[in-house]
Amino acid sequence: MNGRKQKKVSSHVKVLQVDNLQVSFRTYGGEVEAVRGVSFDLYQGETLAIVGESGCGKSVTSNAIMGLIPQPAGIIKNGSVVFKGKELTGMTKPQLRKIQGVDISMIFQDPMTALNPTLTIGEQLTEGLRTHKKVSKQEAKQKAIEMLALVGIPNPTERLKQFPHQFSGGMRQRIVIAIALICEPELLIADEPTTALDVTIQAQILELFEEIQQKTDISIILITHDLGVVAKIADRIAVMYAGKIVEIGDKRAIFYTPEHPYTKGLLNSVPRLDLVEEELQPIDGTPPDLFSPPKGCPFTARCPYAMEVCDHVYPFTTTISESHSVDCWLQDKRAKVLQEQS
Amino acid sequence: MGKYIVKRFIMMIATILIIATLTFVLMHLIPGSPFEGERTTNPTIQANLEKFYKLDEPLHVQYLSYLKSIVTFDFGPSIKKPNESVNELLARGFPISFELGMLTILVALLSGIILGTIAALRHNGLVDYFAMTFAVIGISVPNFVLATLLIQQLAVTWDLLPAATWSSPLHMILPIIALATGPTAIIARLTRSSMLEVLTQDYIKMARAKGLSPVRIIVRHALRNALMPVVTILGTMLAGILTGTFVIERIFAIPGMGKYFVESINNRDYPVIMGTTVFYSSFLVFMLFIVDIVYGLLDPRIKLHRKEGDA
Amino acid sequence: MTNSQEVVSPQHVKDEWFRPLPKEQGKAEAVVRPSLSYWKDAWRRLRKNKLAMGGLIFLILLMLFAIFGPIFSPYSVTATDYPSQNQPPSATHWFGTDEAGRDVFTRTWYGARISIFVGVMAALIDFFIGIIYGGISGYKGGRTDSIMMRIVEVLYGLPHLLVVILLMVIMGASLTTIIVALTVTGWVGMARIVRGQVLQIKNYEFVTASKSFGAKSSRIIRKNLLPNTMGPIIVQMTLTVPSAIFAEAFLSFLGLGIAAPFASWGVMANDALPVILSGHWWRLFFPALFISLTMFAFNVLGDGLQDALDPKLRR
Repeated sequence: MNGRKQKKVSSHVKVLQVDNLQVSFRTYGGEVEAVRGVSFDLYQGETLAIVGESGCGKSVTSNAIMGLIPQPAGIIKNGSVVFKGKELTGMTKPQLRKIQGVDISMIFQDPMTALNPTLTIGEQLTEGLRTHKKVSKQEAKQKAIEMLALVGIPNPTERLKQFPHQFSGGMRQRIVIAIALICEPELLIADEPTTALDVTIQAQILELFEEIQQKTDISIILITHDLGVVAKIADRIAVMYAGKIVEIGDKRAIFYTPEHPYTKGLLNSVPRLDLVEEELQPIDGTPPDLFSPPKGCPFTARCPYAMEVCDHVYPFTTTISESHSVDCWLQDKRAKVLQEQS
Repeated sequence: MGKYIVKRFIMMIATILIIATLTFVLMHLIPGSPFEGERTTNPTIQANLEKFYKLDEPLHVQYLSYLKSIVTFDFGPSIKKPNESVNELLARGFPISFELGMLTILVALLSGIILGTIAALRHNGLVDYFAMTFAVIGISVPNFVLATLLIQQLAVTWDLLPAATWSSPLHMILPIIALATGPTAIIARLTRSSMLEVLTQDYIKMARAKGLSPVRIIVRHALRNALMPVVTILGTMLAGILTGTFVIERIFAIPGMGKYFVESINNRDYPVIMGTTVFYSSFLVFMLFIVDIVYGLLDPRIKLHRKEGDA
Repeated sequence: MTNSQEVVSPQHVKDEWFRPLPKEQGKAEAVVRPSLSYWKDAWRRLRKNKLAMGGLIFLILLMLFAIFGPIFSPYSVTATDYPSQNQPPSATHWFGTDEAGRDVFTRTWYGARISIFVGVMAALIDFFIGIIYGGISGYKGGRTDSIMMRIVEVLYGLPHLLVVILLMVIMGASLTTIIVALTVTGWVGMARIVRGQVLQIKNYEFVTASKSFGAKSSRIIRKNLLPNTMGPIIVQMTLTVPSAIFAEAFLSFLGLGIAAPFASWGVMANDALPVILSGHWWRLFFPALFISLTMFAFNVLGDGLQDALDPKLRR
């Protein structure tokens, strides 16, 4: 386990580079700024977890990377997504389709609805492969059987002919993973892959992710609100709030030395085995309305340490270490003075 | 699947039995003999008819022989056309009505599904708006009104198409348009709403994430699921179309069953009315049965019983 | 983490801003929109639907005309006036006259009375039978329910219009028999919907829970359950009306309508058919126009109600 982690840190092949990504949705009520300038890098063989409350823009971020922002309501307003040297945001749909499912794959939250009820598992597994790579029906079938075996489905040959309703929830999520991996992509985006599953099955699926990553050196972006999942498989963590990444760092830094009050609040609101006696503390209040986002720090209204400056200006990014940075005015010298005074 | 078919088959038989019994009871509700007071029938014919319908025998014997005549498809002679049996009328008229009905449902299915799908794909766009306006109008204008409008404008005023009879494909255009517009509108609305729902499903998102072409996503992933509700209403829709042929045939002077049926209603020619009703009802119930089986084949989730509550 | 907002250079961040922000009471709370009652909310949404409102206004006007139109008309519905037969629309006869010289305008409003009466009566009777049958079936549940629903399923498979035709032939054509024939076959759909809604009510856990609160339960049912369950029933009723109007016109067209010299839209259209080719277009045009417009109005109103009453679509 540790050896693998070590190997990863040394890998510095940049797979994905997201820079100042901004996504908005036009709705009846006006324009919602769902993602407001998100930037991060992703290295080969690495798992980056994007965590945050629902509505914070984490799923929109992943859909934007994937080129799946619903048209015409959604617009990528600004920023760039560079995948292995190729800029994705300006691509036409046919160009994107050459990347979707081949180089970048996606897994959805609910395995009960992610599979088409009227097509067999075999058809759903092979169609991506047959579309993107010139393989015969036989070869595709062979590959599908291999994939089902890889994700741990017993009797894969027979089960190819079955329909989704003949599988349990955990099995279906394994099939969804097999479908996502069949073209051997380099980046896998998993949007809440375990949320809809039982706890025991959750653990099995997470183990499967680790196993696959060991075998294939795939990069994973994991979208979740479940810090337990994050603790288990993430290498780095990006904390999103109101369409912005407010803190990003490697797992140890985020879990043991969180700097942003929101990250701290998030960690305090989940049960931890190492701090039994401490009381769970929910974060009071709700995230701001993204129809008219505040000009300062969006967390100000809920932040126990809020200062006047937080209301006026969005904080600059402070780099704490090579792999840990945070957007918070508390990092400013002047704020530190204030804290010492009181 | 086998159990499902058996269950549906029993339901079909039960429905036909109810129709037959209802017809029988209604026939006997007519005060006196149905052949009394008919000035045109002479006493010998009347006696023959009463004998044919075993009106002189006890009720249960009559009922049984009546059921037997249904099973053997023998509906007896017409009163008003004594030298013709109901069977002969059916044999002459039904094939034409059947052709009209089948062509209509084919046209309605094709155009309705295409229209509804395009409307869903251009949700809230101009095409959607026009398609749905057409659909509400199509549902609201009765087919006999549309038929007369078509005859007046296309056939009489502009002289583009023949107005009457069933003698060539060209003659079939107007009656099919008149009869198919309503069903087209219903199918288009249904396809659109179920397509819109299907398009928000995760498996469509997943298909897009696979990088499949839009055509493949629509045809292979969305349409098949979106058409399930359309299949379920096909049976009742067919009933509407076949009864619709009654008036359409009358307006366009098409020599189908409708012509004889309307005639028989106007002359109170009871055997023809009863025979046609029982025959048509049985035919429709049988089609309903076929539709149910097709539905079972299309949806792999159906094994023993279908979901409750949907029409 | 590049900032999307206006770029502020560090010098502009004033030192005095680094003071604790006074906590404002309730600032963290989201703005809660004023809560409207279910019916008010549905009405608000229905009013936004221009097409449905147009339908509603048309129907109200139609009913007013149907009630008062004939009173102000100088002509009688039935009295013949052969000297002025087959006149095209003019200042004296707005919609023209028929072959017996009867005023089509006057007859159209009488037709409206009959069509609307048939439609509304059919919907109301369907509603009462459906409520009783579906209510018992859903409330009793178990064996009773499955037997009652099996019956409904079989009846649902009957070709309705054929049964109606059969009934009409036997009973003889009249306004009463049309309504009876339509409701004999029509209540089945309503019974299914009512049963579904009753089952839904039964599934709310707080219904059982609320029984112990006595007086309070009636309030819960009135405030929460009835609105949510009445929606589909109201929509079904709205859509029954146009189909009954269509059926009446259809039957009249087959020669099974109410007898001349009385008028319904279907009878008028049927009478006009033989003369349509001789250029007397107004004979067919006006009754056909009003059948179509009325069905259109009921259909768009039904669609609008469906959207307005669906709790899932509430926003």
